[in-house]
Amino acid sequence: MPQEALRRVPVRRKVCSKVAGQSGEEIVWEVFVRPKNGLGHKHCGSVHACDKDMALLAARDVYTRRGEGDSIWVVKSTDIVSSNPTYKDNFVGSGEKNYRYPAFYDVPNDVENI
Amino acid sequence: MSSQDQALLFEVLLRLADDNFILGHRISEWCGHAPTLEEDLALPNIALDLIGHAQVLYQMASKVDVAKRDEDQLAFLRLEHEYKNVLLVEQENGHFGDTILRLFYFSVFMKLLWKRTKEVTSFDELKFFAEKAYNEMVYHVRYSSEWVRRLGIGTHESNCRMLGSVHNLAPFVGELFLVDSFDREAQEKKILPNIATFLEDWKKEIFEVFNKSNLRLGVVALEKQGGRLGNHTETFGYLLAELQYLQRTFPGAKW
Repeated sequence: MPQEALRRVPVRRKVCSKVAGQSGEEIVWEVFVRPKNGLGHKHCGSVHACDKDMALLAARDVYTRRGEGDSIWVVKSTDIVSSNPTYKDNFVGSGEKNYRYPAFYDVPNDVENI
Repeated sequence: MSSQDQALLFEVLLRLADDNFILGHRISEWCGHAPTLEEDLALPNIALDLIGHAQVLYQMASKVDVAKRDEDQLAFLRLEHEYKNVLLVEQENGHFGDTILRLFYFSVFMKLLWKRTKEVTSFDELKFFAEKAYNEMVYHVRYSSEWVRRLGIGTHESNCRMLGSVHNLAPFVGELFLVDSFDREAQEKKILPNIATFLEDWKKEIFEVFNKSNLRLGVVALEKQGGRLGNHTETFGYLLAELQYLQRTFPGAKW
């Protein structure tokens, strides 16, 4: 299997350099929002911010304006390790593996989140 | 309700509404001009909160208005001297730090006011509203205080600019805590709490943030005043010209 490459290049911008603390730069944070208790946090986009607290505030203002969630995670984009879509066939492509799908029994109607 | 009580209630509701409305309008001026996309959403979010609070207060005031004006007429069709907001909120936005510092001062003040109002008011409508408004003010304080801290300790230049903001806004702070006969009566009649008693709590909250921000708050004294009597600063006429343009050009225009 080819070496997994780190694709995500940290995007930095200078517009806020006067106000962004020691480094003078804002970095990109990935934002994950949980719609409601019991579900998982889903990736919904990214924000620029100079530190983690400001990233959380920015995420709140950009992604939960219409009550979309009850909890937010932010993670530095550079901390995310990602696979390379170019090599998906020999890594995450599932191919013809029907036996992996739960298609052989009935899901009760009342079960919503499965 | 006696006509005297009605006039009192109208006046105090109008003051609160105008403070929120005019600051909401000022902050909305950042829409499309903020330094980053994130702030370009955060500031209008806050402006909309403030204008929303003003709308509820204008609705309450409308019910006790002897001239029977509705919320839109109160918001958009009064003359300059009929607005009763403090001078602080009508000042021009200045740079981002000026706007943030004013928001910080105002939202700490309003947070304390709504907190005390829900405890003391006997006016049910206001009590119910104070609960919701308080929660929104907690966020405004959080947002603005985090920025004050970062601008205060960010760079030499950002610190210098914030010291300038503190200096420039200082003459307008005292008026927030000004108590006149309307306030005293509103306090006796259990409509609003005693505003003067917030001053120490307000200073404490500002000090706590300033201590971490390399900023210093001077003496809070009553310097510039007049907004509560309808005497505004020069910039207010220009603000109203833009704010009222639509309703004056197309009377009764609706979405």
